[in-house]
Amino acid sequence: MNRTMIDLWVGIFVAAGIVALMVLALKVGNASTTLNMGDTYRVYAQFENIGGLKPRAPVKSAGVLVGRVDEIQFDSKTFTARVTLNVDRRYLFPKDSSVSILTSGLLGEQYVGLEAGGDDVMLKDGETVKLTQSAVVLEKLIGQFLYNKAAEGGSK
Amino acid sequence: MPERIAGYLRGIGHQVVGGLWRLGYASRFFALTLLRSAVSFRRFHLVMRELYFAGVLSLIIIVVSGLFVGMVLGLQGYETLQKYGASDAVGTLVALSLTRELGPVVAALLFASRAGSAMTAEIGLMKATEQISAMEMMAVDPIARVVGPRFWGGLISMPLLAAIFSAVGVFGGYLIAVVMIGVDAGAFWSQMQNAVDLRQDIVNGVIKSVVFGVAVTAIALFEGYDAPPTAEGVSGATTRTVVTSSLAILGLDFVLTALMFTGV
Amino acid sequence: MPAGLIELAAFPPRPPMENLVEIKDVNFSYDVRPVLKGINLTVPRGKIVAIMGLSGCGKTTLLRLIGGTLRASSGSVEVAGRVMGELGQGDLYAMRRRMGMLFQFGALFTDMSVFDNVAFQMREHTRLPDSMIQDLVLMKLHAVGLRGAQHMMPSELSGGMARRVALARAIALDPMLIMYDEPFTGLDPISMGVISNLMRSLNDALGATSIVVTHDVQESLKLVDYVYFMADGAVVTHGTPDDIRKSDAPFVHQFVWGEMDGPLPFHYPGAAYARDLEVGPAGA
Repeated sequence: MNRTMIDLWVGIFVAAGIVALMVLALKVGNASTTLNMGDTYRVYAQFENIGGLKPRAPVKSAGVLVGRVDEIQFDSKTFTARVTLNVDRRYLFPKDSSVSILTSGLLGEQYVGLEAGGDDVMLKDGETVKLTQSAVVLEKLIGQFLYNKAAEGGSK
Repeated sequence: MPERIAGYLRGIGHQVVGGLWRLGYASRFFALTLLRSAVSFRRFHLVMRELYFAGVLSLIIIVVSGLFVGMVLGLQGYETLQKYGASDAVGTLVALSLTRELGPVVAALLFASRAGSAMTAEIGLMKATEQISAMEMMAVDPIARVVGPRFWGGLISMPLLAAIFSAVGVFGGYLIAVVMIGVDAGAFWSQMQNAVDLRQDIVNGVIKSVVFGVAVTAIALFEGYDAPPTAEGVSGATTRTVVTSSLAILGLDFVLTALMFTGV
Repeated sequence: MPAGLIELAAFPPRPPMENLVEIKDVNFSYDVRPVLKGINLTVPRGKIVAIMGLSGCGKTTLLRLIGGTLRASSGSVEVAGRVMGELGQGDLYAMRRRMGMLFQFGALFTDMSVFDNVAFQMREHTRLPDSMIQDLVLMKLHAVGLRGAQHMMPSELSGGMARRVALARAIALDPMLIMYDEPFTGLDPISMGVISNLMRSLNDALGATSIVVTHDVQESLKLVDYVYFMADGAVVTHGTPDDIRKSDAPFVHQFVWGEMDGPLPFHYPGAAYARDLEVGPAGA
């Protein structure tokens, strides 16, 4: 095995490895979306309950990915959750837009839904969205259901 | 009777002390290999040669195994998921299983059996035919000249092989799920892309394969260097390489998975 | 020769010594088993010296001590005036570059061609240009008669050829001391004659000193200038080949003439024959 043949095969091998890594990163993983994020601006929102929302969860408006959840912190002054959203600079939303925590599918991951309002003035970097809808907590829902059922049964 | 027990315990103690001594010796050997790596980098063609023998020659087994593993994942995954109406998630299942676990682990196991045992046998045989002694007498440090390049060759090959395994596996899953069974191609890829995260899954998988590469190569080289210079000695050493490497891979996999994937 | 000059520069010039190698009262044990027990031995400069004895008497250990691979537990091993046991790593390697060793069965590097094997030391230790290395390698191979085999791999060589290539490799840097570990083992008579002749001619041409460890008596008595006989970790007899041939010391006599019985008994110690066969007076 002389050196040139070895070099050739090793070169092919390393190239194949790098190509595989690229394929994994771009086609299989979500690098194409995270890389294409580009510039973002920050928007804050306060929630009573964030449910199962995690950092890097998608922010979607009309079903389209427009940003990612950056940070989730507990605000000890208002005892609510303060969520930081990174929204793509290409998309501007009116000041009176609302955010809610939704679930994708029945048992899927939670994400932030951003619904545009009608205001002329747009949200700027660092501003807070006023209208929020917290996540649906299953226990509360069941509790409410049972309560309603009991009330119904009682009134009959 | 107490005599027997005492003898038995002495035997166990002897084994444990022997094992600890060997572990210390192996660590010193590993440290020396790293310290004397300058030669490997100054004369990189030595490393290239080992990259060829360890990496390129393992390509076939990695690609074929990757393909089959991916196809099986697709098949089994579909069978189970479709019961919950979630057959669209097959892509996610295949991709996550491969990038997080199966890619690094199975590729490392295959590497240990093929390239690791070959390295052990090669070095053991060099020792048995006095080539290592000859090198020492010629004032060439065998650790720097023989062991070093093989270590770096193995270390560089491992993540590349694991990546190729995962990529081919995903393709295998695609073949089965989309081409053969008929799962929607768009759903397959988009669900997968949403679920597999670059940093969380792929980079962690690469880190795992690097750690496995270090472990497998170090074990293979040490067993070869330490093998008794006889035929049985070398064959015992190659067996030990495969067994010890496999155990190390699985053990390290557990530790790394616990560190990387919990608490997310 | 350029390579040799580079190495000589590392050591200050000393007046030429009578003895290149001096072994004084050396003791050595592998773990608990003593192998060398207070052995004394000198190798005069420019001569070929044979060290003979039974397998396991410590001959190869002695070579390793001279080469610095092993360290004596007591006594001193001096080569060219330097005590091998006291040398640091760098000095030890510098010393080894002036020695060449021919291992039993050759110990050629199986993953390299004949040419690369001989060129190995030159490539590792010198910065000679490739063209010069090529010339030097071909000259060494020519000296052992294998210039035509330069592109063959060790697996393609016969035993005798492999040993000749190993010899070319051992003299690659024109060493001052050449050591041979059982050079005649497993060779046909022609190859034996060839190796023997080469050992003598190379030693004289290079002005080197040779130590031959062997138990091939007849061949070595024809070749060497002086013989040391080892038994039980020490030297029992020494002399010129003629002295040895005429010696009537019982062990030497048994060894040289291959007698079945003598100081080394034919029968391995055990029970009396009659008792093993269970014949003889009843109740014995």
